[in-house]
Amino acid sequence: MKIIVCIKQVPDAKDVRLDPVTNTLAREGVQSIMNPYDQHALEEAVRLKEVHGGEVVAVTMGPPQAEEMLRLAISCGADTVVLVSDRAFAGADTWATSYTLEKALKKIGDYDLILCGKQAIDGDTAQVGPGLATRLGIPFVTCVQKVREATATGLVMERMMDDGYDVVAADFPLLATVVKDINEPRVPSLKGKMKAKKAEIITLSAADIGADTTCIGLPGSPTKVVDVFPPPARGERAVLEGSIDEQIEQLVDKLVPYL
Amino acid sequence: MDYFLSEEQQMIVDIARQITDERIIPNRAELDKNHEFPRQILNDMAKADLFGVPIPEEYGGFGGGCFDIVLTVEQLGRGCIGVGTAFAANFLGVYPIIISGSEEMKQKYLPDVATGKKFGAFGLTEANAGSDASGIQTTAVLDGDEWVLNGTKQWITNGGEAQIYSVVAITDRSRGPRGASIFVVEEGDPGFTCGPKEKKMGIRASSTTELIFKDCRIPKDRLIGREGTGFITVMKTLDLSRPGIASLGVGLGQGALDEAGKYAKQRKQFGKPIMAFQAVQHMLADMAIGVEAARALVYSAAKHIQAHPKDMSKASAICKTFATDMAMKVTTDAVQVMGGYGYMSEYPVEKMMRDAKILQIYEGTNQIQRNVIGQELNKEYSKA
Repeated sequence: MKIIVCIKQVPDAKDVRLDPVTNTLAREGVQSIMNPYDQHALEEAVRLKEVHGGEVVAVTMGPPQAEEMLRLAISCGADTVVLVSDRAFAGADTWATSYTLEKALKKIGDYDLILCGKQAIDGDTAQVGPGLATRLGIPFVTCVQKVREATATGLVMERMMDDGYDVVAADFPLLATVVKDINEPRVPSLKGKMKAKKAEIITLSAADIGADTTCIGLPGSPTKVVDVFPPPARGERAVLEGSIDEQIEQLVDKLVPYL
Repeated sequence: MDYFLSEEQQMIVDIARQITDERIIPNRAELDKNHEFPRQILNDMAKADLFGVPIPEEYGGFGGGCFDIVLTVEQLGRGCIGVGTAFAANFLGVYPIIISGSEEMKQKYLPDVATGKKFGAFGLTEANAGSDASGIQTTAVLDGDEWVLNGTKQWITNGGEAQIYSVVAITDRSRGPRGASIFVVEEGDPGFTCGPKEKKMGIRASSTTELIFKDCRIPKDRLIGREGTGFITVMKTLDLSRPGIASLGVGLGQGALDEAGKYAKQRKQFGKPIMAFQAVQHMLADMAIGVEAARALVYSAAKHIQAHPKDMSKASAICKTFATDMAMKVTTDAVQVMGGYGYMSEYPVEKMMRDAKILQIYEGTNQIQRNVIGQELNKEYSKA
């Protein structure tokens, strides 16, 4: 089974900054982590490989600093990693990103299964996985919480719904996006880390994947972000303690100045 | 402080730290409450290759030395020394094989320990043989192609959980210490059973049981090394493993200091965080001095032991004594800094203080360690 996992480097949720000019997330110089949902996708891919054999390729579109995350992917069990990187990709929305990934995956070649996280924790769109499957013309199943059965020809999966789950069967090649319930990602192994240190990172540019320059990066992105702002900081909070009567008294004392 | 670790050493620390933060710390209170063996956490550690750290490369390990295992165990100790003890006891169980075992024996047992498929345990202590190991009553008698073991071992870490036990038994009582030998007993050997789990003050995540041998018959080739060399192997094993206990102390001290420090920043009395009071600051400062001094000592001792395998005893005893006495003091002070909250089981420091006590007792009490150091000094000054 050849599995491609699409992973994304995202700013650590504790340290989010915006570029004031483009209104997109500032990525350079910000502490980055592997998108948590993607970690679950990678873990599921590695588990499927461990049981059924095959190969796991982790792919990311991002700046050169994403190399660190790709090495982490190797230490967690990926066999091959691919960095799709070009200045021309900068500022891509989900439309341009799914186009770029489509071109990259076609370059990488045959695959049975593509796994993605349900969404990235920075943009929170959940569009790239389905967008990519649509462009590739393959079926997709979102929000997979469990792979019930894997055969040589396809998967039987549980798709998480608000009120339970659906059982969905699909034939390869297919794309699935996963939720956190699907597994608990492993801690990188010592052998993995040593392998990661020496691993070759395959880098693909816009020219390498034969991308149409009008379809990538900011020019290829129909989404124009008009305004982005952080949620207003929370006001001062206080916890009142004591008996109900004491708490009421304290509350009244706090409210009186505003009358 | 920066100890200038190599890239590989830093990898080991990073993995052990992640396991500690993500797997041990969130589960330690439950494991303690339920006296539950941390099988899942140990499996996670095995998947991350940590069981291979001290096993030689030719048997599927990483060939790490005393220092590498110290770095691993220190991180675990920061989270829970019960889990750390369950992990470290594996190597106490197989060090005799690594030190004195035959090639066939190493091939047979070490690869499964390196991958965490099998756990190890070490059986020395008995009801009448603790600090005085010469009081051992367990016997092994050769009968044709089999050794027949009889006797009971007491307080054996990983008892009932391990598959490979290194067991000390007397093969010739007339020869005193030279009449002891050490054997591999496997889970399931006829005549071998483990007693119920003991109830303990601390390190409750680790399993402690009796090992009971009633006409336990094992093949002749389970003898580790030559007959009569059991004590030498035991002494070397303990010299090699004690820095691991010392590093559990360093980790535990660090964990207690971290808890007390965070608490002191957040707890307000008289309108200020208690960190602002010099009485508290000085306590925290003394704790930090103790932890860092112990860490520096344990690292140095471990490197010395790695470089001088024939001169381990004093360095091993010094670091074990200092670091574990420190851990007892620092955990006690952490409870004091946190006051009433520190005494409550909702906060982790009361467990840390209960746990710390064993470090001064097991793998040779700190009093016995001082005897060892004293004897070495006596030898050194006799030469002058």
